[in-house]
Amino acid sequence: MGNNGVYQGVNKSGQKIVSPDYMLFEAPREKVFMTGSEAVKEAVKRASVDASVSYPITPQSEAAHLIGELWVEGYVGVYFRGESEFGVMSEVAGCSMAGARVITTTSGPGTLRAMENFPMWAGSRLPIQLVLMARGVNSPLSIQPDNLEISFLLDTGCMIWHAENAQELFDMILAGFVVAEKTDVHVPIITAIDGFFISHTRESIMIPPEDIALPPYNPYVSPTPIIDAEIAPGRYIKDPFVMKSNYISYATHASWQWEVRAAIERSRPYAKHYLRGLIEEFGDSEAELVFIASGTAASQAKEATRMLLDEGIKAKVVKVKSIRPFPHQELLEATKTAKYIIVPEFNVVGWLEREVRASFYGKSNATIIGTPRVAGGMTMPPEIIYRDALKILGKEVSYVL
Amino acid sequence: MATLGPYHFSPYPTAVVEGVLTPPPGKGLLYNEIVDEEVAMREAAKQMLTRENPTIFVGPLIIYAWSDEAKENAKLVREMAEVLNAKIIPMVDYRPKYPKINPEVEINPNHPNLTIWHNNIKVCIFIGVHCHFANVALKIIRAETDCLTIAMCAKMGHEDAMITVRDQHPDDIRKFINIAKEVKKELGK
Repeated sequence: MGNNGVYQGVNKSGQKIVSPDYMLFEAPREKVFMTGSEAVKEAVKRASVDASVSYPITPQSEAAHLIGELWVEGYVGVYFRGESEFGVMSEVAGCSMAGARVITTTSGPGTLRAMENFPMWAGSRLPIQLVLMARGVNSPLSIQPDNLEISFLLDTGCMIWHAENAQELFDMILAGFVVAEKTDVHVPIITAIDGFFISHTRESIMIPPEDIALPPYNPYVSPTPIIDAEIAPGRYIKDPFVMKSNYISYATHASWQWEVRAAIERSRPYAKHYLRGLIEEFGDSEAELVFIASGTAASQAKEATRMLLDEGIKAKVVKVKSIRPFPHQELLEATKTAKYIIVPEFNVVGWLEREVRASFYGKSNATIIGTPRVAGGMTMPPEIIYRDALKILGKEVSYVL
Repeated sequence: MATLGPYHFSPYPTAVVEGVLTPPPGKGLLYNEIVDEEVAMREAAKQMLTRENPTIFVGPLIIYAWSDEAKENAKLVREMAEVLNAKIIPMVDYRPKYPKINPEVEINPNHPNLTIWHNNIKVCIFIGVHCHFANVALKIIRAETDCLTIAMCAKMGHEDAMITVRDQHPDDIRKFINIAKEVKKELGK
């Protein structure tokens, strides 16, 4: 113990163990210029990760490959390639049941192929971290940026955080383990980004020294028994209530599912602390025009807000960092002056707009408009957000697109 | 929320749906209110001493754990039962019991209501139960029975219990026993 009690020994890689607060808020940081995938590597390097399983898919393959390099360098205990995305998501579950801190990455069709596993992780109370580099889901096949797949994951029982940029992804990966592994939470954490825009572009990010790391996972904090000679892997599945059709079985399943959702809700105070709030506000605090956005759509909305200010129109962006749990109260508070709420999104279905509408129903008088919706790999120039905002306000669109 | 059941049929709404979360360190939860741990303990003791068939449900973290703390906790649970005039019914493991549980001697997290109905238990303490299974059971109990639930948790507590205290280790359990002795005296029992 030294340095004001921050250091608590070394992990298996020989890195000094520091408290999560020190890692995220206090440790000195230096500026580096790297891709989102490289930021994943740097976060995993500092996260005392025990195991990672990968299966190559665009665009997450680079991040998974870089985690493999960490295994070579001795920062990750176990690393191997799964047989398929379904295999990967099953194998990380096995690692987690055995008491390991685990991370993996996927995207697009890989997410869909592995889908059955995500509610299994949640129901088994496994604090696995999935870095989701969202990519299009379509036929014909798309390998372009698009975050439609996040909507498929909303009700899997996993926490979901959506990072705007590589810096936020780096911090969310570290914070994700800390929050997900709290005993009263202990459900999976999906840290999502908009693939390609973040995974493949370079930006300046601030990172702490590489000789420090998070405290290792202690599996005995789990709210379920960890596997040992008495508790075999997959024990839940062998339990008879799963296969029975009777009132007891129904009641147990109902309670179990509510418990998983309750666990996500219990993450709120922890997530608020480690993410410095579930939302972030940008722009005029009293604005009547408010954009609610997550991921890179928030960046574009911020640019549009600057352009609107040039026209004398005050606007605000409320960035949603946590999708599950959803920041109902924070959003209501942040939009209390709003007459118009615009929700720009990188997908065709408008899942964030749906979330906002459901959350605000009967609680807000603001008009909610889902626009623009950009998908299939198209970019979202701030000019189109600006244009739509002006139209909604009944103003002349003077900016030349 | 976290009020006395039965809600019938479904554990919904659960406590978190109405914004009730586990209490912060040093605090307890008394129904929907965050209170000082001692306040929650005092009410828990009062309920155990005044409602019918008080029972302590002891889980594997005390029954089977191979640690000095578990041994000490086991002795303290027995002392607690004596002070509170309570029965002890173990939750020996978490697998549902088929074809039929013996509710005289055992409780199970997947159908805890059967043991509570059979023994007409109106107040109970959960202790030494893994948090997930305690939470599954507490929701079912609230849905199906009129039993008042108290959770003494070594971790963060249980918002679906009507009274919960957290971070309970031997010194804390001893503190609860002493409070229970005071309350018992106050009640003239």
